[in-house]
Parts: sequence; C-alpha cells; structure tokens
Amino acid sequence: MAKQYKTLGEEIWKNRVETISAELFIFTYGSLVTQLVKDYEDYDQVNAHLEKMGYNIGVRLIEDFLARSGWGRCTDFRETMEVVSKIGFKMFLNITPTVTHWSADSKACSLILDENPLNDFVELPPEAQHKLWYSNALCGVLRGALEMVQMQVEAKFTSCVLRGDDISEIQVKFVRHLQEEVPDPDD
Amino acid sequence: MILSLYIVNKAGGLIYQRDFNEGLNRMSSNDYLILAGTFHSIHAITSRISPTGHSDGLELLEAETFKLHCFQTVTGTKFLLVTDPVHHNVESALKRIYDMYSDYVMKNPFYTPEMPIRLELFDTHLLRAIRTL
Repeated sequence: MAKQYKTLGEEIWKNRVETISAELFIFTYGSLVTQLVKDYEDYDQVNAHLEKMGYNIGVRLIEDFLARSGWGRCTDFRETMEVVSKIGFKMFLNITPTVTHWSADSKACSLILDENPLNDFVELPPEAQHKLWYSNALCGVLRGALEMVQMQVEAKFTSCVLRGDDISEIQVKFVRHLQEEVPDPDD
Repeated sequence: MILSLYIVNKAGGLIYQRDFNEGLNRMSSNDYLILAGTFHSIHAITSRISPTGHSDGLELLEAETFKLHCFQTVTGTKFLLVTDPVHHNVESALKRIYDMYSDYVMKNPFYTPEMPIRLELFDTHLLRAIRTL
C-alpha cells in the first residue's frame, strides 16, 4: 500500500505540478518570518502567527490537493498520514517525511522531516534558538487541511535542526472526527 | 450540452450559479437559493438511507428534458451540473471545473471561503473550458 502512495505522489509531482524557483519561495517565507519577528518582538506570538497563517493556507490548499490528486476519503488516520507524507508533502514541497512513532491507539504519530526546503540558508540568531519554531506554518497547514476533510488534529514541532536538534519532527495528534453539517430538523 | 452550473457550499448555501446557454428559463434568485438548500437536504438524506453501508449520496437526477449531476468533494462542497439528457463525459467536465475552482477561487487570497463567488478570472476560464468540452 505504502508504495502505491509513493508512486502516485511522484506521478503527480512530475506531471501535474507547476514549480517555481525554490529560492524565491525560501526568501518569501524567510522575509515573512523575519517581519513577524520584528513586529511582535515575542517568539511565542511569532510561532502562533505562523501557525495561524499556515492554517489559512491549509484550508485552501486542500482543494488543490484533492483536485490534482483525485484522492478520495481515507479509511483511517494511519492512511491519512501516509497520504499526507507521500502525496501531500511531495506535491507541495517535493519531500516525503517519514511517518513514525505511532502511539499504541494509532491516534498520534510523528513526521520526521529529513529535509525541509524552508530551512535552506537559515541560521537562527542565538536569542531565537530556543524559542522560534521557524517552519511552524507547516503545522498550521496540516491542521487547516485536515480540518476541511472533517479531521481535527493537533500538530506541533517537537524538535528542529535549526535549533541544534538532530532531526526535525512534527508531532501530529488526532483529536476527533468533525461531524458533517446535519440539516436542522426544524428548518 | 452543458446547461448550467451550481456550486453549493458545505452548509447548503448557493455560492455560484451560471447558465451557459442563451434562452434558458430563469428562476428568481431566491428560488435558486431554495433549490440549492433543498438539494443539500435531500443529498444529506440520501447519504444516510443506504441499506448496504456507506454511501456518498445522490449523484444523478434524471428528468425528461435534463440531467442534474452532483459531485461532492471530500471537503463537502457540491458541484451541480445541469446537462441535456444525452450528454456524456460529465465526469471529466466536473473534474475540470473542480480544478478551476481550486485555482481561481480557492487560491485567490481575497476570496473568503464559503462566500458567494464573484470572480472574473473564474468566470472567464470556466466559460472557455465549457465551450471546448
């Protein structure tokens, strides 16, 4: 099964995705983060805002993902995370994070980002080292996109190579299935 | 022949309606809203009454003079396509329309999701695509 996602992800990346210069993308994201740092002067707020921006991206990005991939509904959270990694991340960032550290109840796991294009050329200043989650927008994207397909999740960075950790890891926790709109019987 | 397109948001509100042919019978804009809401409710019912497990609900409504095809995305948005009774290739048309929706509607930073779609780029591309289908 896992292989099938990978093949589809690669097929979409090759044939159905328009690419732009990675540098332009990296600089755009970089200037956005540094502007937030200047404006808020507080890294917690910067992290929160990056997450919020990511969320707003995610709720739109999901339509592009579904339209291009033609992917239907996943059967469970495990499948969802495989699709997120092998097709979603592949389509938009050309990376496929490793899905691992599954909890016993299959409701939480980690995405290990072996590479992260956002990080290229970035070196955090010492005062930001223990506070800023530079790529925090990614967590928001995950939350926003999955919410649109009726899955509420929590996503957060637990380690990041920019902070001197060995790996970059996003922890994703499944919270609940959101009920689809039920028509009001009194309507 | 594709006659018209409706887009219904996940709450059952009509956010887009357009005819592609001259001289089609028009209803009042209020009636369009009611039609969308009613269809949304019927769709919800049909997705729950399947005796043999999960169903995605109503997909095709057939009448003597037209067919109404419904495509619901995983996110809950519905695309309703009204065609003449003999039209085929509806699936690829709906796919093209979904592509354009994701490009010219959802990717427009000034468009607020779930709100009525009044976007010229979307109109132009949609019209062009419908003509070539």
